[in-house]
Amino acid sequence: MNILFVSIPISLVLLALGVWAFFWAVRSGQYDDLDSPAYSILLDEETERRQHQRKDNDDQQGDS
Amino acid sequence: MNEGCFHCGEPVPSGVTLTVNLDGAARAVCCTGCQAVANTIIDSGLDAFYQFRPEPAGRPEMDADADPSRYTSFDEPRVQKDFVHHSAEGLCEANLLLDNLYCAACGWLIERSLEDAPGVEEIRVNPASGRALLRWDPNAVRLSRLMAHMGRLGYKPNPVLPEATQSQAIRERRSAMRRLIVAGLGMMQAMMFAVGLYFGQHYGMDPVHEQFLRLVSLLVATPVVLYAGLPIFIGAIRDLRNASPGMDVPVALAIGTGYGASVWVTFMGGAEIYFDSITMFTFFLLVARYVEMAARHRANATTDALAQLVPTTAIRLNEGSQEQEVPSGDLQVGDRVLVRSGATVPADGTVVRGHSSVDESMLTGESDPQQRGVGARVVGGSINIHRSLEIAIEHVGQDTMVSHIGRLLRRAQAQRPMLARLADQVARWFVTVVLIAAATVFALWWHVDPALAFPITLAMLVATCPCALSLATPTALAAGTNRMAGDGLLVTRPDALETLAKVTHVVLDKTGTLTEGRLSVVETQALGTLPSHEAYRIAAALEHHSEHPIARAFREDSSMRPAEDTEVIRGAGIQGRINGRRYRMGKPDWVVELPGTAPDPRFEDGAWILLADASGPLAAFRVADRIRPEARESIDTMQALGMAVEIASGDAPAPVGDAAKQLGIATWHARMSPEDKLARLRTLQQNNAVILMVGDGINDAPVLAGANVSAALNEGTALAQTSAGMILLGGRLNRLATGLTTARRTRRIIQQNLALSACYNASMLPLAAAGFVPPWLAAIGMTLSSVVVVLNARRLNSPLRRGVTRPDALRALEGGTSA
Repeated sequence: MNILFVSIPISLVLLALGVWAFFWAVRSGQYDDLDSPAYSILLDEETERRQHQRKDNDDQQGDS
Repeated sequence: MNEGCFHCGEPVPSGVTLTVNLDGAARAVCCTGCQAVANTIIDSGLDAFYQFRPEPAGRPEMDADADPSRYTSFDEPRVQKDFVHHSAEGLCEANLLLDNLYCAACGWLIERSLEDAPGVEEIRVNPASGRALLRWDPNAVRLSRLMAHMGRLGYKPNPVLPEATQSQAIRERRSAMRRLIVAGLGMMQAMMFAVGLYFGQHYGMDPVHEQFLRLVSLLVATPVVLYAGLPIFIGAIRDLRNASPGMDVPVALAIGTGYGASVWVTFMGGAEIYFDSITMFTFFLLVARYVEMAARHRANATTDALAQLVPTTAIRLNEGSQEQEVPSGDLQVGDRVLVRSGATVPADGTVVRGHSSVDESMLTGESDPQQRGVGARVVGGSINIHRSLEIAIEHVGQDTMVSHIGRLLRRAQAQRPMLARLADQVARWFVTVVLIAAATVFALWWHVDPALAFPITLAMLVATCPCALSLATPTALAAGTNRMAGDGLLVTRPDALETLAKVTHVVLDKTGTLTEGRLSVVETQALGTLPSHEAYRIAAALEHHSEHPIARAFREDSSMRPAEDTEVIRGAGIQGRINGRRYRMGKPDWVVELPGTAPDPRFEDGAWILLADASGPLAAFRVADRIRPEARESIDTMQALGMAVEIASGDAPAPVGDAAKQLGIATWHARMSPEDKLARLRTLQQNNAVILMVGDGINDAPVLAGANVSAALNEGTALAQTSAGMILLGGRLNRLATGLTTARRTRRIIQQNLALSACYNASMLPLAAAGFVPPWLAAIGMTLSSVVVVLNARRLNSPLRRGVTRPDALRALEGGTSA
């Protein structure tokens, strides 16, 4: 079980890295607004899709 | 048509035939303002907004909000120095508070729409605080253009001073986040090592390994206790210094002694360490604190309203009538200022030149604009509608009416019954009992078996932690608040929900609350061969240039060219020429002079406006401040719930009585000043009434604060919203009734939660004292009871949630694909 003397310190180093990454994310304001990003992913995708659709429609009208 | 305006959701007035095209279908809109906004949104390809917004958008204030000239004063360096920050790269940065910004879809719309505008470096909108952070290149674009852009979308921007409280809220939130993650990760690690140690105790373990596990446990637990748990210790020390032990004292005692004993055992040897228990304990305490903090921050979302009411700049007339733009704060008593039409009066004063009508509705509740001539007094914050006025300033700063109302407001807030004080008293008593019990138990076990005395006392302190008890109320309130926001009622004060469940009386303001707060055409009668919507277009063309309040009722159609040679006859009406034909519109007896017909007695009661040409009367319009369509139903629901409903208005007795009759309200009071309203509330409260006050104006602000619980309409003034405990979105009164039901459900959940956690604590106390509960089991029991309480609170959120939920969003996407 002496592997513990290596694996546990490694896990602690990873833990410290995780905490540091989280602190960085908090400091850069990523946790200040937790609601909007959930919407923007849906809204952005929908907007892109509609713009394509609209372009296709225009093309068809141009053809006919 | 019956569905209301596609953009803002308000009913479309009769005779208005404006539409916007979306996906080949024509959607009705109520006014050119909404049409312009909707077209802007659709043309820039951002129409997904309409699918995902949970709320109808704000109704744009016609063209005024979109006019860059309205904002030009914000381009002045003197004004900008207060709220614009210059960065090193030559960019400017400003915080703006946006009206009507409540949902994430609105935030998205503003961001997408502005980020492509020339000169904009960055725009970040936070719907939770209603604020936008704008960074722009001052050499490429002027701030007034960008502000007008926001106004064009229906979100009127107001500059916010870089205010300490806001950034403090963010700092507090970030620090809480960091402590939470340190406690959470530390807890997981400590528990993992604890499992190893338990197995070791059971199956035997090499002492070197055991010592190593204890050391690493100490390593992960130390930041949890010393960093994450720091606020708990600080709170406990503060409580002890004030000699009023709160919840923090036994909690800090448990964490502190548990940690200290474990450190001792780690280095000096002993049977047991408690790092797992105390880290878990700390984490759950921090979760409870975080939930409470989030609720508190939401309460501060809209602030600094009074400052917004008074314009930032004024035009001072120096000697020789030279105009000079100065900050309003620099005005002195005796200064003469020029107030242009459409501008806000900067301070209280007397008119020295000019004659105009002034809108004081936000201050006095009077629905009709007031005529003000030379010698008349005008109040800072009111809006000059008609022509330019020259005013001699009489009161500035603290002496103005606005400040006076602000002081009334603060006084009323100070009188607010403090529910929290009671909770503190209970906690102090409970904590004292726990501390005495813990000391007794420790002393008793010391005599029986000194080795068990410490773990048992520790287990008791952990088990009796009122953690579930302290989570019981905030989690239920948070869930209830969330639910109400989905139903269109924003709760901005934590105690509003609690009080709402106990309401016995509802007091409503009239202007702007029960009514829409602006004149509109409620009835049209065609008198000649001309169809009524044609007559409406002619009326709109005639009134196009008029600033009279009645003219605003006709502003919703601009499809016809404005009339020529228009002339306003004071006290009678307006006449003008369209396509060569002469028309008259106004008081019936004056209008019929044009065709020379006899006046029609039907239209003599003062509420009708007649339109005629030389051949005879064309149409009659009835113009009134319309009662909100859902008002009757909402009042009925409230009365059915057993509440006494009454009206308290600053308006004249006739319109108030009329509205009361239409709505089936028996008790009403007219011509009430804010002091009168407050006195009325006090009288009711002395008879043990719990009052819900609903209002919208500045004049309502102190009354809103004085009521047990209050709601302001989101179309109302910012000050009213700040002083109210709740904000009604979309001006829908019927949401209040829904809110009352939700509040009662929330209260039931709180009671269940309190009972559950009290039972748990009461049953654990003797068990732990008797030594049946080891510290780790106490910590798990504490955690489980907290989880049960949280899950119970979440039931409030689950069914029937309005607004955009995930399934709704997906359905919208699928619907979009098939279309």
